Amino acid sequence: MKLTINGKDHEYAGEEDRPLLWYLREDLKMTGTKFGCGVAACGACTVLVDGQPTRACITPAATLEGKAITTIEGLDTPAGQAVQKAWTELDVVQCGWCQSGQMLAATALLTATPKPSEQQITDGMNSNICRCATYHRIRGAVARASEIMG
Amino acid sequence: MADTSTFSPSRRFVIAAIGIGAAGFAVGCDSRTATAAATGPTTLTSLGDYVRVGADNTITVYIRHIEFGQGVSTGLTTIVAEEIDADWSQMRFEHSPADNAKYGNPAFGGMMGTGGSTAIFSSWEQLRAAGASAREMLRQAAAKKFGVDASEVLLVKGKATAGDKSATYGELAADAGAITPPDPKTLTYKDASAYEFIGKERDPATGYGRLDSADKVHAKAQYALDYNPEGTLVALLQRSPKAGGKVASFDDTATKAIKGVTDVVQISNGVAVIASDFWAAKKGRDALKITWDDSAAETRSSDAIFADYRAQLAKAGHEARKEGQGAAALRGAGEVVTADFDFPFLAHAPMEPLNCVVEYKPGESATIHSGSQMPTGDQMAAAAVLGLQPAQVNIVTMLAGGSFGRRATPDADLVSEAAQIAKAVNGKAPVRLMWTREDDIRSGKYRPMAVHRMTARLNGGKLEAWGDRTAIQSIMEGTPFLPPGTVDTSSIEGGFDIAYAIPNIAVDVHLVKQPTSVLWWRSVGHTHTAYAKEHFFDVVAKKLGKDPVAYRRELLASHPRLLGVLNLAAEKAGWDTPLPAGKFRGVAVHHSFSSYVAEVAEVSVAADGTFHVDRVVCAVDCGIVINPDIVRSQMEGGIGYGLSSILGEAVTLKDGAPVQSNFFDYNVLRMNQMPKVEVYIVPSTEPPSGVGEPGVPPIGPAVANALLAATGKTYAKLPLGTKA
Ligand code: FES
Ligand code: FES
Repeated sequence: MKLTINGKDHEYAGEEDRPLLWYLREDLKMTGTKFGCGVAACGACTVLVDGQPTRACITPAATLEGKAITTIEGLDTPAGQAVQKAWTELDVVQCGWCQSGQMLAATALLTATPKPSEQQITDGMNSNICRCATYHRIRGAVARASEIMG
Repeated sequence: MADTSTFSPSRRFVIAAIGIGAAGFAVGCDSRTATAAATGPTTLTSLGDYVRVGADNTITVYIRHIEFGQGVSTGLTTIVAEEIDADWSQMRFEHSPADNAKYGNPAFGGMMGTGGSTAIFSSWEQLRAAGASAREMLRQAAAKKFGVDASEVLLVKGKATAGDKSATYGELAADAGAITPPDPKTLTYKDASAYEFIGKERDPATGYGRLDSADKVHAKAQYALDYNPEGTLVALLQRSPKAGGKVASFDDTATKAIKGVTDVVQISNGVAVIASDFWAAKKGRDALKITWDDSAAETRSSDAIFADYRAQLAKAGHEARKEGQGAAALRGAGEVVTADFDFPFLAHAPMEPLNCVVEYKPGESATIHSGSQMPTGDQMAAAAVLGLQPAQVNIVTMLAGGSFGRRATPDADLVSEAAQIAKAVNGKAPVRLMWTREDDIRSGKYRPMAVHRMTARLNGGKLEAWGDRTAIQSIMEGTPFLPPGTVDTSSIEGGFDIAYAIPNIAVDVHLVKQPTSVLWWRSVGHTHTAYAKEHFFDVVAKKLGKDPVAYRRELLASHPRLLGVLNLAAEKAGWDTPLPAGKFRGVAVHHSFSSYVAEVAEVSVAADGTFHVDRVVCAVDCGIVINPDIVRSQMEGGIGYGLSSILGEAVTLKDGAPVQSNFFDYNVLRMNQMPKVEVYIVPSTEPPSGVGEPGVPPIGPAVANALLAATGKTYAKLPLGTKA
């Protein structure tokens, strides 16, 4: 079956139940999508499926035929670009492991809600854990990305 | 104080000044080709052990400490950039190879290691010298090339000029590599007033900021889990659910029937399932049937362990501090106040679970890609398992997705297990040993459980005597960091060195032995000593009718740096201004890792009793500041990490086995719980000291003290949960 990842088609012939995360990381060597918990509890593996934030660690690759999958490697929408720019400007990262997931969650949030309130930022980002607790800067960077988007 | 005579603090061993010559400053003038993905192949010339200048005009600094988020790659590179007179856009970093002789940490007794917030502290003199020496070599090379005297060469922003002649560092690199490095004694350093980078703020306009930001934002950063050579096999190890349990027998029939499983091997502490990929390995491991021999295993539950700890507290432990009459003064006239503070096991839960890849050629060599916090220890451990010489084991240090102490394992657990597995399959392919999150939460190496029995005698409106008796498991006993026969009072660091002027002080400790393994966890002993000390101080202050800030000032009169941060935090938090109804403040101040931090927490308590930490004002004195924004980010992160543990984290045991397993029951901080944080830095000319850990200890007691102000209760059982 064909999987469309960052606009490019890939032939998937793996196990029915194998999560997308491992297909991305192990087969396609697209390692920007991270593993943090494996049970949809941390958000490190967040990708966008038709624009919706989705946990790649529990989503079988075989269920995604015909959908548009976006990973950190293909984050080229205006919101995605603004997010990456804001993240760099504010030096949000510490260890960095959670940040692909954070940036994809932020992109989805800003695409749906270009001018989020503080509460909307918290609600939109709350399922993404950052063990380095960069939350303070993530809040600032989401607001800054919204500004960059104009 | 009893500290220096009774223990040798591993994480900051002997803090001798690091002489310029002592650091292995011999210069190798080899040119080599770097293959760093970030820069592409280019000729790099070594100017000393730490600095390499590329023909492409990049300057790469070898950092001997691992970057796991604390910003050390930027901090250490900044020191070199300053002395070599670079342009920031030239600067790169790379982890140094495993080599004690060149890259040992003087604060770790010369072993390579990251921890104890020692990186900047232990590298300052060394890297200043490295930068200055390389600068002089470039100057000499320029003088030769231009045909002028060295004194006429100006070095500015990565360029050498003399009159109308100029050359970039990249153009001079090869020649500079052939110059004899200057005698370290002749090196001169920039005056602080001329600093271009040190102490300067991040600036998006010039690009001055964290060196690891862009790669991490654009998914170019390489961690151990991202290292994925063709044909890598994935191993998952089933360890005993109970600490101390051993494999009695196992049945792998169902495992071997799973597509992709290639091998099942028993190693020292479990059974490893090896497969072509993670998913197959996981399914294979799930299908394993193991019978455990629990004869030497932990079988108690957490409550029983706490009860056993408490039973010990009836008698005196190893004395760590005695002032005045010591424990005898805890009895007598006036009122005696006492409370037991209970601290659970905590998991580090770094966001990237532990993993490494071993490429083993039997009888020849091994290459190990790992987020290694003690690379030379890992090197020795792997060599021992694989029957190789340490020099045959190449440790490649990758970026790490957090550590918080978990990767600093004196027993090299990760690499030892991985090497055993690689050996069991005879190195037929690269093998990655992966820990799942469940492995991470359930496999020990916890922040130790502890009970602090706090006692105070108040008489005539004064605090007469202070007692702090702890039962806890030692982290350092049985490691090379503690000389045999020594009592590990570092377990209560931050408690026995209490700074308050109290006439009688008695601090002692019982060191408990049990099967569950423990390890340093961001700020180590201070995680519990600071909480017990600072929260109990407020309990006492309240009894005496004293204001928590005013009373601290009174008893810290002879500690200017503690006073400095206390006053700054109190001022910025508006300590003396009233708060709206339902809001309360708490303060705590603590000294750790040679730095001083005060935090004021503003907490709101709702009608239903739930509370929220709204704002934290932090003041830090960490000596000379290399990068103020990284200091701030470490305080922000330290506050969040500390708050996380205080609010929701605990690993509890039931019949010896950990109850929690993943982020749905090991409750770490999320954005809705993160307060607004303000960080203020006390200007200082003292040598740079730690920032990775010192932000953690004060947050717990600051929050507990705000809750005490709200309810009058003592908060002696952790985690606090959600209700005041
Ligand atoms: S790894 Fe998928 S949510 Fe944690
Ligand atoms: S930056 Fe380390 S987990 Fe978020």
